Amino acid sequence: MDNMTLIAAASTITAGATIGAGCFGPAMSQGRAVATALSSIAQQPDAAPTITRTLFVGLAMIESMAIYCFVVSMILLFANPFWNHAIAAVPGK
Amino acid sequence: MRLSPDQLILWQHDFVKLNATIATTWALMLLLTLGAWLITRGLSTEVTTSRWQAALEILITGIDQQIKEVGLAVPQHYLPFIGTLFLFIATANLLTVLPSYEPPTGSLSTTTALALCVFGAVPLFGIGRRGLRRYLRSYREPTLLMLPFNLISEASRTLALAIRLFGNMMSGTMIIAILLTITPFIFPVAMSALGLLTGMVQAYIFCVLAAVYIAAATGDSEGA
Repeated sequence: MDNMTLIAAASTITAGATIGAGCFGPAMSQGRAVATALSSIAQQPDAAPTITRTLFVGLAMIESMAIYCFVVSMILLFANPFWNHAIAAVPGK
Repeated sequence: MRLSPDQLILWQHDFVKLNATIATTWALMLLLTLGAWLITRGLSTEVTTSRWQAALEILITGIDQQIKEVGLAVPQHYLPFIGTLFLFIATANLLTVLPSYEPPTGSLSTTTALALCVFGAVPLFGIGRRGLRRYLRSYREPTLLMLPFNLISEASRTLALAIRLFGNMMSGTMIIAILLTITPFIFPVAMSALGLLTGMVQAYIFCVLAAVYIAAATGDSEGA
């Protein structure tokens, strides 16, 4: 396999694997967070605004992990420096 | 495929580039300033005020309340900074309902600039409140061993602020663009609505996190 094919194949496979693996953990933890928040609201409905606000802040922090994986995936697909370098090194195309 | 409005160059002279991010930010600044000036021209303390003034008051008291709940005892000191952050990010994300509008917060430059504002504001507020020596001493807590970790955490949470906002907005616009090429009507509308929701939530998160960092730096439990 020449360089360009190798770079393209590796980038594409890694991009798919990154976004797949990177969404699994945050999704599980967000499910647990919401479940715990719901049960605590059911126990103490008066504290619902505080619990909801803390829940949203926590969800955003967990979500940012998935966002990091998404950004890496997008970089691999659309702003890949290795691919750009390989393309630029192709003589006179 | 264009990742961010940075790559849409509107005008260029040598190395000075005017891209869509800057132009949109200017338009937003004009909109916010003009709107604020128009609404606050005839402020009244009567029982019945204009609708716009009432809306602004709801906004201001809401942000005040949130800052107080984070733990900052005198919200008025921090309201200009955090309120401006919230208004700018919220307006930038909300105007995605307009066609062919790309939010400037979908560009890493804008979100990095906002995160750097928070990075600079946290020590400023901390030193202003506690004095230089006590603020610097807070980096030694709980033990001196934690000093490098505290410094690293300062840098990494600034980076996290920038990437969180950028990632959310960029992914929203990119998903809509991709869906438009596949199923033109229903799903892009649903994703636009979701994008509006996440835009608002991210604006709120950005400001709450900024307030939390400032509260940690000023030692929030020390009263007014």
